[in-house]
Amino acid sequence: MNEPKGRREFMQLLGLGGVVFASGLAGACTNILRKSVAQEDDFFFVQLSDSHWGFKGPPNPEAANTLRQAVAAVNALPSAPDFVVFTGDLTHTTDDEAERRKRMREFKAIVADLKTPVQHYMPGEHDASLDWGKAYQENFGPTHYSFDYKGIHFAVLDNVSDPQAAIGDTQMDWLLADLKPLRPEAPIVVFTHRPLFDLAPAWDWATRDGSKAIDLLQHWKNVTVFYGHIHQEHHFRTGEIAHHAATSLIFPLPAPLSQPKRTPVPWDPAHPRRGLGFREISVDESRLALTLKQDSLEGVGAAQPAAASGG
Amino acid sequence: MGAQWMLAPFLALLLVAANADVAAQEKVIPVTAERFKFTPGVIEVKVGVPVVLELTTLDRKHGFQVPDLKIDETIEPGRVTHVRIVPDKAGTYDFHCTVFCGSGHEEMAGQIVVSP
Ligand SMILES: [Cu+2]
Repeated sequence: MNEPKGRREFMQLLGLGGVVFASGLAGACTNILRKSVAQEDDFFFVQLSDSHWGFKGPPNPEAANTLRQAVAAVNALPSAPDFVVFTGDLTHTTDDEAERRKRMREFKAIVADLKTPVQHYMPGEHDASLDWGKAYQENFGPTHYSFDYKGIHFAVLDNVSDPQAAIGDTQMDWLLADLKPLRPEAPIVVFTHRPLFDLAPAWDWATRDGSKAIDLLQHWKNVTVFYGHIHQEHHFRTGEIAHHAATSLIFPLPAPLSQPKRTPVPWDPAHPRRGLGFREISVDESRLALTLKQDSLEGVGAAQPAAASGG
Repeated sequence: MGAQWMLAPFLALLLVAANADVAAQEKVIPVTAERFKFTPGVIEVKVGVPVVLELTTLDRKHGFQVPDLKIDETIEPGRVTHVRIVPDKAGTYDFHCTVFCGSGHEEMAGQIVVSP
């Protein structure tokens, strides 16, 4: 009996001035906000991305706290998400293999405070590209996998373990075999780190063989891709496939090709944590309409002193 | 960027055969890659004057991609990668490293400036 109440609270949250972005999973136009009564079978999950644990520098003077703040903010949501997904760059890259593993352990210790027990992870190039995902796999398991949840098929793609940003034929074959049993209308959600389409190749915002993955995915009619890497919200369509980039938990990056270099947006002391946040994705009972809501960390309380050294 | 650059994808093939001859007649510009920069960072060429970039790395594997010229190469330790360019349109063409090489990889970029 708790479930309907949780749903109602989530509806109210959606109405509280957050940016709500209705994302048709391929043409479906049901909007959760239009419904007066919560569907008991609705659910939502949270996407976090790009925490770059271990980063130090002027673009985020609070870097030792931002991930903790995000964990606290997710825990403080009026109703608990069904699961949390983290779309890569959990840690900031380092040449030191021992330090890389230390950052991963510290990251795990922080996200262990998430009250949501079900969590899905994948690497970003900062986690995996210097050792083909070795340290990542030791700490988090496989870099690509799939799972089913309440009628949706979720597939996680690794386009970062190869330092040249390729998915590779082996994984592509796996993806095809993984999706093959699904009917053409089956709702499919793909999680990955880099954009699968050529968002800005000059800024390395692309996947070398991403067009192959898109060609493959296009055989299904209800595919939505959630990714990270570009440290900002971005919404794009290739054919019937919707692609949504997430904000980061470390520093925002400028809009694609909006300036000569992709240097971080400078930290603004008047607006700490502006542009940092996470996303709630709610799924309606049809499983064909997704509603995206952006939560900013800008409004959260002042940073607590770091409990640990912060690495 | 038009048909003038359509040759670029075939350069690797051409250069295998033509490297010795071409190098004798065409201007060669050595370019080194190292974490996290290319030297020179700005490569200056002239419209109508073909050049061969001679790419080498001083430390590890890097990439060299010029999206607008359809050039996409890797630079391996101990090897020279030749890229032939036939500039026929003035402008600035950005290039960057496509092999993730550490904290600073994102800044590893430069420009080819084609002057009239
Ligand atoms: Cu490099």
